[in-house]
Formats: sequence, structure tokens, C-alpha cells
Amino acid sequence: MEVAVCLKRVPDTASKIRVGEDGKTIDTSDVQYIVSPYDEFAIEEAIAIKERQGDTQVTVVTLGDTAAQKELRLALAMGADSGILIKSDSALDANQVARNLAAALEAKSCDLILFGRQSADDGSGQVGPMVARILGMPCVTDVVSVELLDGAVRVEREVEGAREVIESSLPVTLTAQKGLNTPRYASLKGIMQAKKKKIEEVEAQPFDARFPVKSLSPPPARPEGKIVGEGVDAVAELVRLLREEAKVL
Amino acid sequence: MNFLVYIEHRGGELKKASLEVLGEARRLASDGDKVTALVVGHSVTEIVSAVSTAGADTILVADQEILGTAAADTIATVVTQAIADQDSSVALFACTVAGREISAMVAADHGTCVAADCTAIARDGDTIAVERPVFAGKAVLAADIVSYPGVVSVRPNYGAPVDSPTAAAEVVAFAPSMEPSKARVVEVKQEQNEAADLTEAEIIVSGGRGMKGPEQFKILEELAGVLGATVGASRAAVDSGWRPHGDQVGQTGKTVSPKLYIACGISGAIQHLAGMSSSRCIVAINKDANAPIFQIANYGIVGDLFEVVPALKSALE
Repeated sequence: MEVAVCLKRVPDTASKIRVGEDGKTIDTSDVQYIVSPYDEFAIEEAIAIKERQGDTQVTVVTLGDTAAQKELRLALAMGADSGILIKSDSALDANQVARNLAAALEAKSCDLILFGRQSADDGSGQVGPMVARILGMPCVTDVVSVELLDGAVRVEREVEGAREVIESSLPVTLTAQKGLNTPRYASLKGIMQAKKKKIEEVEAQPFDARFPVKSLSPPPARPEGKIVGEGVDAVAELVRLLREEAKVL
Repeated sequence: MNFLVYIEHRGGELKKASLEVLGEARRLASDGDKVTALVVGHSVTEIVSAVSTAGADTILVADQEILGTAAADTIATVVTQAIADQDSSVALFACTVAGREISAMVAADHGTCVAADCTAIARDGDTIAVERPVFAGKAVLAADIVSYPGVVSVRPNYGAPVDSPTAAAEVVAFAPSMEPSKARVVEVKQEQNEAADLTEAEIIVSGGRGMKGPEQFKILEELAGVLGATVGASRAAVDSGWRPHGDQVGQTGKTVSPKLYIACGISGAIQHLAGMSSSRCIVAINKDANAPIFQIANYGIVGDLFEVVPALKSALE
């Protein structure tokens, strides 16, 4: 099988986000980067499929600047076979990213393309289904289980208030939700082997920007809170405040 | 400027969030603009009735047997054809699991991006401006729709249904041309849980590491029962195996925006705050007076949650 995993280098979810001087991007001076957490579930699933099925190639793909090699190397250390870095020094919108990923993946004739359900930065969850659409394959998002059948796949996903079981022929694109698996840590041996694995570099193509950022700002400040009191003695006053002041009960 | 709203339903039930999006579309429309509600599925008469006076001028109904089990790619094909049929300038979706997926495919059909998970949409003449949280709510991005037809999805609980019923919409049958789908829904397991999904809940009672174990969540469930609330959990509680993954609120879980969020034994790690800080009113119950959760809470009680939560339940009964 030919499996591809698309991953993204994002600011650590524990980092504070400050708006940069341009008012459109974040201040990256103190930011640590990680593989976007949901993408780790996608990487793990691909490697687990390779281990179960045998005869499977796992390619990890990202779009970013040269620094994103580090995140590709981490996926290679976990067990992926090769990487593709689509180089772009500037941030691209979802349409531009999806078209570049689709262009890079088209020649590989993947049976399965995996994404995380959303990135930890932009978080719009659209690039996976877009790539699927551009390549003419179905897509199922938010999957929590994947079962490979003969030339097809049976997945379960969580939707609001229900679980759906969906069957699709291959090729298909899936996006991973938390609960799909527990991502492994890269072993020392894996890290050593990853250094010898190949990362192909291609330049991003300049597709038209469709969602230019007008401004980025901190979230609206929350009103000053108050400590109502200590222990059970404060409960009556809390209930009064919720009913009469906040009017939420 | 015409608007098309994709109406989501499952198991014969209309998604409340779709009514919110329809209400927003009505507000964006000027005189002479058309608002179309698109209902896709099989045996959808009740869904059509449920949106009849909810803000649409026209309800476009694609009712075919294969649409009853269709996956997102087939539905996206129907939406894309409906946009052309209705000459729509903007297609709007609720930002649910299905809404995200279908909207992204529709955007790809039009070579554009989804303005996804918007918490505000406004119109200035012929320009639609949106705001959407990024970095799980640690920043807000503002943008104008520059490519039409535009595709927008709206975060549940952010839009509002129309204030009062509108004139009954004209119902029009729609027969899109489709290829046989490569994917289909073979089973839907409705959750037996009476409570609303976290993303749609009006009140959430959430527990963290301070709950000390899975059994103690019973007191949160009892409080939630009195309030008609849904129980959530922090990452610490989920990673400890006390609660299922679907209950997690935060940056790697669900982003929620209820009118009341009661955080019990949750210290307030930045990843958790990111997922719930857009709640209208936040109550924190924690024994550590220095816990970061108190910095964003509207009301706090410093104390033992195993005493305070049952007392709160009794006071509300």
C-alpha cells in the first residue's frame, strides 16, 4: 500500500500567543514548535497499518520553511519511510496549501492519505477534505477507528451526539481524531535510522491567495471575576449571582 | 447577494446549529436578496417543515434514496450544484463535523477557502467580513471574503435563529446529477445520552484532575442532571482514563461556548482555557486559590469540590 501522512509544524500548544508587530501574524520570538497533536495520531495510524499489512510505504509530507525538516524527521524516526518538504517561506492559505499538497501527492497514487482533524494553529480542519476533493477521492474526517478491508476501508467517527460507521473504497483520505490510537515515542534506533531516510524538497507553487488576513488580535478580555467565598458557605451566594447578576440560570 | 444555507440533520433530527446559521443568513440579506435553505437526504419532509419559517425564502429539497446514506463527497456535489442553481454569493454551514467536511469540499470545487468556524459575520455593502478564533481561541483573525461564491462556517452557539417566525418558505424540488458515491454511511449509532453534545450544550459541568478518579464524576453527573447540563472533562482526566476522549474540552479536545461553564477541580492549564474561555459565564470550584482558572472565571469558590458540588446541587433543586 502507498500511504501518505500530511503534517504541520505548529507552535507548541502550551505556548502563549502574542500578536506580532505587523498585526497579522504572531510574534514567533519565544515560540517552540511541535508536530500538530492530531497529526501525531495520523502518523501513528500509518505506521501501525504498515506493521500490520507489510509491503507498505509511508510518506510524510509537509509545507513550510526549511525548519519543518525537524518535524518530518520526527515522523521518520517514529517509522515513516520518506519525506517530502514543500518549501514556502511565507504562510499560505488553505487553498494554496491543499493545492500544493495535492500536486505533490498526485504522482504517488496513494491508497490512503491521512491528516490530523485540524491543526493546532489555524484549526479550520479544511485542508484534508480539500486535498481529497482535488484528487477526486472521498474523505472521512474525525475518525476514531480504521479497519482495512479488501480494497476498501471501514471507519468509525464521532459526530455531535452519534457515532457514524462509514465504508469507502480506496483511495480515501481520512482525518484523525483523538482516541484513534496512542502515538509512539521515537526510539533511539528510530532516530538514528531517520537520519539516513530521504527528504525530497520541492518549491511551493504560487496559487492565488483566497483568504488574506486583515488583522490578528488578542481575544476579547474577560470581565474581572470575583471569588464568591470559601467552601459550602458560598454556595447560596453563587446561586443568587448566577440567577440575578449573570442571568444564566 | 443571495445566501445558501446547508441544513444539517441526522436520524430525522434537525441540527439546532443549522437554525442559527439560517438566522444569520436572514440578518445578512438585504431587500431583494434570496435566502435558500438546502435540505439533502431521503424522506426529509419533517426536516423541511422544521425550517419552513426559520428565515428562508426558498427551501431547496434534494430527496433521493442514495442521499440518505451519502458521505460528504456526494453531498458536496449537491451543494455545489445548488449554489449555481440559486445564484448564491455565499454558502453557509454550521461548523460541525459534517459541516466542516462538506464546506471544505465545496470550497475546493470553487478554488477558494472556507472562512471556517466563524464567531462573527457582518456585511458592509457588498463585503462580508468575518472573525474566527485561531490558536484555539488564543487569538482572533479578521478577514473579508474576497472570492465569490464565498464559503463560511459558523461556530455552534454563536449565531442566533430568527427572532420570530418568517413567512413560510417556498419548497422547490431539486434533482442534482450525481455519480455513485465511493463512500457511504452504513450505520449511525445514536448516543443514548439525553444530554446535548458538548459543542451544542448551553451548560457544561466539567471535571479535572481534582476529581481524583472516575467514580467521583457521579457527583458532576448529578449536578448536570439538575441543570440539564452536559459533563465535560479536562485533558488530565481523559488521559488518566477517567472519561472518554469525546468528553475532553480544550485545545486537543472540543472547543465549547456554553452560556455557563462550571469547572470543578480544573487548575486551568493554557490548553484547557483555550477550549472554553469563550463561554459566557465561567464558574470555578477549586481548593487551590492560586489556580489559573480563577483568573478567567466570573465567579469562584475556593473549597473542596466534594463538599461544594453536592451543596450546589441541593441549592439548585
